[in-house]
Order: sequence, then structure tokens, then C-alpha cells
Amino acid sequence: MLRRLLRWFTPVLAAVGVLAALPTLAAADVPKPDIIIAHPGSKCIAPPDVMRRTHMTMLLHQREKTLRLGERGAKVSLEGCIECHANKTNNSVLGSNQNFCQTCHAYVAVKVDCFDCHQPKTGMVKTTGIKP
Amino acid sequence: MSEDNTPDAPAVQDPARRAFFGVSASAAAAAAGFVALAPGVRLMELAHAQSAYPAAGKFASSKIRWGMLIDTTKCATGCSACVSACNTENAIEPGSGRPAQSSQWIRKIELTEQADGHRELSLPMMCQHCANPPCVDVCPTGASFKRADGIVLVDRHICIGCRYCMMACPYQARSFVDEPLHDQNPEVPRGQGCVEACTLCVQRIDRGLGPACVEACTQAGHGAMLFGDLNDPKSEIATRIATTASSQVRADLRLDPGVRYQGI
Repeated sequence: MLRRLLRWFTPVLAAVGVLAALPTLAAADVPKPDIIIAHPGSKCIAPPDVMRRTHMTMLLHQREKTLRLGERGAKVSLEGCIECHANKTNNSVLGSNQNFCQTCHAYVAVKVDCFDCHQPKTGMVKTTGIKP
Repeated sequence: MSEDNTPDAPAVQDPARRAFFGVSASAAAAAAGFVALAPGVRLMELAHAQSAYPAAGKFASSKIRWGMLIDTTKCATGCSACVSACNTENAIEPGSGRPAQSSQWIRKIELTEQADGHRELSLPMMCQHCANPPCVDVCPTGASFKRADGIVLVDRHICIGCRYCMMACPYQARSFVDEPLHDQNPEVPRGQGCVEACTLCVQRIDRGLGPACVEACTQAGHGAMLFGDLNDPKSEIATRIATTASSQVRADLRLDPGVRYQGI
């Protein structure tokens, strides 16, 4: 039970910790994540501080609605995140500590499980149906 | 025993009351039909009439039950257009070097009449999207589930890969992914350690399209597969099931599969 609790709360605590530690980071050993956004826009669904704290909760709730209830085109969307935040060099949110998801997750030492199944790249073919 | 407690007393009154409510209810229903003061069902029927495949609402609707009718007399021996289309759409790579281990969401089965060897039959077999799915019954985590519109799916977020569902399925419809995957379709997440099966191309259905296999079969000129809403009596699939002989595979198990076959 405790392990399960820890599993859910660790990312939140870690994110809060990062925010609290930000002013002192200049002197810290680990360099502050250098986030590069390939296709910056004004499409983000919430301010960065809200996203940092709650993106995991948003995705957790939305996945139930999308998969189990069949809701499509919702505001919260992993695909939507990837669309803007994928790196320009490899079109992915993973790959190195320059890539959006990996950079922070490496910094706070939280494993990102999403992409064991989800496609981390943009520009992959959707709904091909039939190919010659 | 007092008269009030005799069981006969209310029974004498009941039929008359029921008859009264019955008449008034049907009169009200008839009136509603004429003046088109539509209850939800009527609106649904209107919505259905506007697209080739009835479009789902914002959420999957329990008024719909997606199903498939496969005419084995039209299914061509040797043709595997449905299998290729499924593999392409869902980014399943059969050539991973270990074909016995690779996922199989749909497969072609060739049957021969045992008595004389003359009659040959070919059909696609996949998840039958049962109304009473045994895979959902046995799942220890609740990962196997049936969507409101009858599509049986695996929630990979909570699948622990125990494979009970694979043993429970009488159609051998499910596969287990035992190595890391990389080239997924963004709309079809798949990954190591989870069981998976035909989703009826749920990502396409939610956009108002039909499954990729059905589209491929039609484009290949066979037209052996028909997809539609079994609950809508006006749909082509429901009409054909009502008017021509079709059968369920392993009907004796009373799973009420959503995939029906003709000519077997």
C-alpha cells in the first residue's frame, strides 16, 4: 500500500521539490534541465507551472475516459503534448536529455512509462488502413 | 387472516390497471412517433441515417452494438487482404524473425470438408467481441473490459500480462507481446508485457470509419465482410442477419459473439 502511494506521489513531490529548489539551482551539482520546444505555440492547455505539477494526473484521468468511455478529441491528449514538444532533431519527446519528457524525468529521477506503449514521435502515419 | 392480506385481492385489480397503463402507454408512444417529439432512440436513428457507418456520439453509446457479418462464400481462398490491412493499420509486424511469437489480431483459416475433401472454405477469424466475454470474466485486474458499444478491449495501463484471458478465449483471439515495440501507430498504443487482440479498429470507429479489414476486403473486390450496428434493425448487417442464415462460432458456449458467419 505504501509503495503504491509512493508510486503516485513521488512524481508530484518531485515536481514540487524541483519548483521549490529552482532559485538555488545555480549552485547545485545537477544542471537545470534545458528544455527545447521544437514547435512552440500558444496551444498549451495550462500554464507551465500547472502542467509541471498536474500533467500526470490529467493524463491519468483522461486515459480512462478515452479508452473506457470512448471519448475522442479531448483537451488533454498525450498526442497533443507530443505534437508541440517533440525535439526537432529526432521528432521525439525521448532519446536524450535534450528531449522534452526525458529531460525533466531524468532530472527528477522518475521513470516515464507512457512510451513503453505510446508512440513518442511526431509525424508517424495514422490510420493507414490499406497500403499498396 | 384478514381480507386485506388475501393474495387474491390485489390480483383481481391488477389486470385492469395493467391494461389501462398498457393502453395509455402505447397511445402516448404512437403520438410521440407522429409528432416527432423524439426520445433519444429516435434521435439516434436520425443520426444513424446520415452516415454510411453510424457515427458514435462523444462517448461510446450502449444503444449501439458493433458487429461484423462474414460471408464465407465470398471469402477467397489464398486472399489475405484483411490480415495485411490489419497489420498495417495497427502497426503489427509479422516478420519479427519469430513468426510463432508475433501478434495475430486476425488470421485466415482454410477449412476442408472431412467427408469427401471437396468443399473448401476460407474465413477470417478474430476476436468475436462477445456479449458475455470470458476474457473479461477471468481478468484479475479488470484490464479486459467491454466498452458500452460492445467492443471488447484490453486496458494496457492495468494489464499485468498474466494471460488468463488468452486461456479463457475459445477463439484463441488474443496475443501476448513479449518484446519491446517501437513503430506503433500513434492511435494504437501497443507494448511489451500486455495481451492484445482485435479492437474492431476502435480508433477508426470513433471517427465514423469501419475496421481496416472490412475496407480492405471491399477494395479487394470480395465484399465478404460487413460491419455495422447489430442493435439498429434498419442497418444492413441487422437486416441480413434477420433475413439470411448466419451462425455463431461455438454457439454452444452462449457467448453471443458480435462476429457472425454465413455459409459455414
